[in-house]
Amino acid sequence: MFKFLRRFILSIAMLMLSFPAYAQEASKEQIKGLDEQVQEIKADVLAIAAELNRLEEKLLYPSDTQIAIFVSVAEGEKYRLDAVDIELDGKSVAHHLYTFKELEALKKGGVQRIYVGNVRTGGHALKVTVIGKSEGGSDFQKGESFTITKNIGPKLVGVVLAGTGIGSKTITLKDW
Amino acid sequence: MSRLILILVCLLFATSSLAANTYTSNGLKDVYFGEALYHAFQGDWFQAVARLDTELGQYRGLDEPALDTLYYHVNHAEFAVGDFELAYRMHHRAGRAITAVIEGNVEEPVRNEAIYRLARLYFQKDQPENALHALERIRGTVPARIRDDLEFLRGQIFMANGRLKEATRIFYDVQNAKSLEGFASYNLGIALLKEGKEQDGRESLDRTGQILSDSPSTLAIKDKSNLVLGYKLLDENAGENAKLVLERVRLSGPFSNRALLGSGWADASQGLFERALVPWSILAEREVTDPAVQEALLAVPYAYGKLNVHGRAAVMYGKALESFGKEVDKLGASITSVREGKFLQALAREELKQDSDWVVKLRNLPEAPETYYLLELMASHDFQESLKNYLDLDELQKKLATWEGDLDAFEDIIQQRRAYFEPLLPEIDRAFRQLDSQMRLRLEQRDRIEKRLNAMLVAPRPDYLATAEERIATEKIGRLEQALVAKGGTVTDEIKDRISRLRGVLVWNIETEYDQRLTDTFKNHRDLNEVVDRLKKQYNAFVRTRLAATQSYEGYDDVIRRQRNLIASAQEKVKVLIARQGNMLETMAVNELTKRRERLEQFQITARFAIADSYDRATKAQTEKSGGK
Repeated sequence: MFKFLRRFILSIAMLMLSFPAYAQEASKEQIKGLDEQVQEIKADVLAIAAELNRLEEKLLYPSDTQIAIFVSVAEGEKYRLDAVDIELDGKSVAHHLYTFKELEALKKGGVQRIYVGNVRTGGHALKVTVIGKSEGGSDFQKGESFTITKNIGPKLVGVVLAGTGIGSKTITLKDW
Repeated sequence: MSRLILILVCLLFATSSLAANTYTSNGLKDVYFGEALYHAFQGDWFQAVARLDTELGQYRGLDEPALDTLYYHVNHAEFAVGDFELAYRMHHRAGRAITAVIEGNVEEPVRNEAIYRLARLYFQKDQPENALHALERIRGTVPARIRDDLEFLRGQIFMANGRLKEATRIFYDVQNAKSLEGFASYNLGIALLKEGKEQDGRESLDRTGQILSDSPSTLAIKDKSNLVLGYKLLDENAGENAKLVLERVRLSGPFSNRALLGSGWADASQGLFERALVPWSILAEREVTDPAVQEALLAVPYAYGKLNVHGRAAVMYGKALESFGKEVDKLGASITSVREGKFLQALAREELKQDSDWVVKLRNLPEAPETYYLLELMASHDFQESLKNYLDLDELQKKLATWEGDLDAFEDIIQQRRAYFEPLLPEIDRAFRQLDSQMRLRLEQRDRIEKRLNAMLVAPRPDYLATAEERIATEKIGRLEQALVAKGGTVTDEIKDRISRLRGVLVWNIETEYDQRLTDTFKNHRDLNEVVDRLKKQYNAFVRTRLAATQSYEGYDDVIRRQRNLIASAQEKVKVLIARQGNMLETMAVNELTKRRERLEQFQITARFAIADSYDRATKAQTEKSGGK
């Protein structure tokens, strides 16, 4: 009895130590073969995505009228961004509430395309409003108005969100 | 058990976030690269690859890439796309991307880092020989931040290729690296054992098992080291030492159940059944789905039997039997649930994908299988890869369906634009042609004037700048002079003088005002040019708008048709693959559950025999006791 149990225990323990040995019934070859086919279909779908992106841009946002607004956060900022609202020529065109992951992505240096649309060439009024919490935990809301000029060719506007400190400019524009 | 879940959660969610973290936005110049990073930092690898691939594709097609903003980041971008592809488990493409960096014109440290990543990729894909060949290409400076990791990988690759001597030398050299604390010495121990250097190997595992650290990963490898060494000693009948080593394993760690089980057996092997009851009794109270706990349910009565407490042993065997019966039923229901497709349905639920505790939540879903039995299977590399592929395919399926809808919307837009523009354009074109010819005429006139003015700078021609009135007056005077000639001597001298004076006044004015007139004319000409420039801009704007109007609905049919075909074909493939991948996951789960059920059924048989045996012994002991009295 002892020998039986002990043999049993040891064999189970060794099985546990060599972790994932169970699933061998679905053979390695099968898993590998299927994985390769999945990789192929991913490549196919990525190619479709790229072509569709081009088609969408050409059809919906031709370069002569295209305006794209990108949001980024200045390096080393500690405040918590809750939402950004974008008004173009007096109309609210984008309002985004940030998830934790999105905020982290911005803080790490990612750039978010918050709006893409069409405008005529010439000057346009842009208003950016930021809502969030300062490093000290107090709520803040700041807005800044700008005039941007759309020329021939796509207009890429960068909105850079910086600190909330006294005297500092919270929202600045950057031409990409 | 909760720790095991935690580890599993970490494993499943640790999808190469390192890949994106390697890149910072310092001095970011290309917004689209920044956008790809934004998606990558969130683990949205599909979007990250799609964006960066498109950007790199456009960059490669440029005649003068140095003028493009991606030029400043192109090495990083090439790296990043390989990393993102790797994170999206497109190993073939990632390998190609990294190879492109290696073969490109890059600095030595960049090249060496790329080789390191390629080698790691080969190693992960179970191709140790290729990994070794890749590492052999490393020459010169290696970036400091990957130096220890590179050496550790080299050691692992040597070990996988059976070159144990070289592996042990490397692990020995890096065992003091802080980032590898515990891992290098554990691997050193394993390599030494494989090399046949038993004593050295044990010592290394023993050292690893005594590391003092706060790091969760170091503590986990420390536990594992103690567990491996403990069971090794147990297998060699060195129960006392095994007990000492196994007792070092944390009671709350993921290896604690197996350590408690082994600890009991270490006591039992020395005949110390009373002591063995301590770890086994703790273990028997834990989550019953764990194999070690199930073992303990048999081990505890076994120890009581050895201590001649047969009655208690019989009762506990009975309880174990009851527990096994329930678990066997649960496993049977789970197998049915998996076969009915509920496991896959549960895995693909959106709310689970958003929740880091999804493994726990999965267990609570109605009709989902008993996932505690699947935890270890779910932590295995093959299952994880298959599961991620299944979820990726599920995502692709949804994307393709959305895109199909997008194409319908695009066609609607095109149709509406055609319906709006087509009736308007012929009239606009006719008016435009008319204006165009008028404009050309005026421009020709402007050119002629310009030529004449330029010529007048060299050869003055005051008559060109005579006013309309002066021209009329000149013609009238000319006619009067012709009349004078025709009438001969009949005209008085006074009239002749008057006509002559008039001509003189005209010529005087034209000649004396010539400079001012020329200046004014040049000024007017400049003003005219400004007007013409404005006109040209308006003309060009109209031409662009006119072209845009046509382009807004023409030339899309072929593209949309092609995309439709590609989407349909991809949908077919995804449908087949998702079915196969799902089937594979279900097979893995059913096999695992069946294996666990068969094992429990064996336990049931053992428990039944043990109950009978315990009752016999209890009865015999009772009889002997009565006989003695």
